[in-house]
Amino acid sequence: MSDTSTRAAAIRPWMTEKIFLGLSLPDYLRSLATPFNAVAALIVAAGVPIIAWRFLHGLGSTTNLSQTSPWGLWIGLDMMSGVALAAGGYTIAGAVYVFGLKEYRPILRAAVLTGFLGYVFAVFGLLVDLGQPWRIAYPIFYSAGPTSVMYEVGWCVALYTTVLAIEFLPPVFEWLGLRQLRERAVQIAIGAVVLGIVLSTLHQSSLGALFLLTPTKLHPLWYSSFIPLYFFISSIAAGLGMVILESATSHRLFRDRLDPRKHVDLDALTLGLARGASVVLFTYVFLKLQGLADSGDWPYLWSGYGAWYVFELGGLALVPCFLLAHAARTANVRLARIAAALTVLGVVLNRLNVSIIAMNWQPPVRYVPSAMEVVTSLCIITLGVLTFRWIVNRMPVLAEHPDYRDAH
Amino acid sequence: MELSRRTFFKVAGVAGATAVAGGRLEASPQVVPAAGAAAMLVDTTRCAGCRACEAACAEVNGLPAPVASPAAGTRVTDTSHFTVVSRYLPSPDGAPHFVKRQCNHCLEPGCASACPVKAIEKTPEGPVVYHRDRCMGCRYCMMACPFEIPKYEYEKAVPYVRKCEFCAERQARGLAPACASVCPSGALTFGPREDLIEEARTRIYQHPDRYVHHVYGEHEVGGLSWLYLSDVLFDRIGLQTDLGKHGFAELTQASLAAVPFVITLWPPFLMALYTFAKRREEAGSVEEADHE
Repeated sequence: MSDTSTRAAAIRPWMTEKIFLGLSLPDYLRSLATPFNAVAALIVAAGVPIIAWRFLHGLGSTTNLSQTSPWGLWIGLDMMSGVALAAGGYTIAGAVYVFGLKEYRPILRAAVLTGFLGYVFAVFGLLVDLGQPWRIAYPIFYSAGPTSVMYEVGWCVALYTTVLAIEFLPPVFEWLGLRQLRERAVQIAIGAVVLGIVLSTLHQSSLGALFLLTPTKLHPLWYSSFIPLYFFISSIAAGLGMVILESATSHRLFRDRLDPRKHVDLDALTLGLARGASVVLFTYVFLKLQGLADSGDWPYLWSGYGAWYVFELGGLALVPCFLLAHAARTANVRLARIAAALTVLGVVLNRLNVSIIAMNWQPPVRYVPSAMEVVTSLCIITLGVLTFRWIVNRMPVLAEHPDYRDAH
Repeated sequence: MELSRRTFFKVAGVAGATAVAGGRLEASPQVVPAAGAAAMLVDTTRCAGCRACEAACAEVNGLPAPVASPAAGTRVTDTSHFTVVSRYLPSPDGAPHFVKRQCNHCLEPGCASACPVKAIEKTPEGPVVYHRDRCMGCRYCMMACPFEIPKYEYEKAVPYVRKCEFCAERQARGLAPACASVCPSGALTFGPREDLIEEARTRIYQHPDRYVHHVYGEHEVGGLSWLYLSDVLFDRIGLQTDLGKHGFAELTQASLAAVPFVITLWPPFLMALYTFAKRREEAGSVEEADHE
């Protein structure tokens, strides 16, 4: 009796400090009443019943998927785009740990967290999309299909999500005050980072390789034997673009979580990332043109799909490439952020084009996602943003924990 | 930090060797069809469009009876109709042409190579079969099939893929597939693939004016277990002619073969970069200390 009461007495301050941000429960709940939360709650409240409905009545009751379009928005947006945008994790981790660009360390944890949540919610989207999601571990534990690119993707995504979780352990342990475990987690960081880059190289490219099996269905301008390479290179650009946007947003919205004693020159970091993203995008556009020349699909450019292709590659890859370079040269941080947004949009559009829009381009029946699919995707993205905010508000993500400052 | 050259080369050497061995494992072809693997010859010139095959298929697979009188034009299979006979009017004299459609049981099936859980498998005996107890519902087989044959039970809470399995169970008992066993017009001939190719060539040779001089399925997408003869161009009776001669399983082989190389060569390369960066940093800090 007395034991439980002392435990309860010990838990309350812990909850107050760790979970309720130092507020009492009523105060904490009151602090949640914001316009942003109202919108988020609305989206989640609309999405969750749809997901429940989908599991009770099947994919046909909620989606516009068909026998000719078996992959829709949940694969194209949540999985294909989500994983590409989560590439900031391995990109920045590689820059800091492997290339020794230590000046990017202040934005590393947020990039890793963005990556981790990107994967977690991509898998969440996949669970909603799979016909029998309770069998999601079958490729790994029950019936291996090593001839399949998807088998490889499954392994890589499972392992890499674990690796990202490991990479994010130090801030979790700092939050919980577990000093010794934190030391262990820091020690294995370099191994985790290298493994993370290997796994990312594999599955970012393999997500593209999935479409090697659709030569008769995917429009020739997007179908290419180089598609794994396109996916890999563009994921780096998407990752860098996301880190630029995410750090800009975080440093504005979570100003109180920054370390006032340690000024981080985010502008300088942003311009550095912009320079990197520009080079990567240039490589990407060049490779795409090389692939186009190799396939000789130029005549397709003079068609509706051709115009769409030029819009994607020119407008949302080459233009942001030059804008990023210009921004870096003229130290225009605002322009760098706009160009980063265009870059991210361009990669998302590419993933949507490959998996949905330029897929099945010949048959008259077109797939257009249902309203319920759109709401579900929005719901999953919103849950990701809310989780990001929950963690950033509690754990030392944007600034180092005071007890561990400069302890690397 | 002393990373000796020997250690580095040891790692790289092991990595390279593993990669070569692994590459061979991953890229190996799936199934070598047994000699005498089962096949079917569809002579569309002999098909009278009675659709007894559809009825027999429905009965054997426990599916609803076929639709009464379908319209002309391409019909497609669905989750409760594994085979359908389409009626075409390709020639000016108005004579109808009938074409039976079902899974073609490719020799190198895209669906089977796409399946991450081996729920779809090409058996050495010929049929491409589906193990429903393994399927997790990713629907990659549907993406990978150029004939759009695997069909999904979107309306069910616990859905499966449905398609023709070439009556693999009947074949195991020594019986012909249901469709072939009831065909009254001789349009369907069941037998070993080599024999059927011979038979098809013989028919073309004996009636060069009647047939298009091509056995559809002999080489399409690496070869099909279902072969077609026709007296009009194949694309006029709904058969795709833009598929090429390469098996779909080959399309991802290069990509999969690269996996072991990335796994084994990336880490030592990245660790080397790490070591260089670290050493440069240490040298930098020593210099700084000297200046102070």
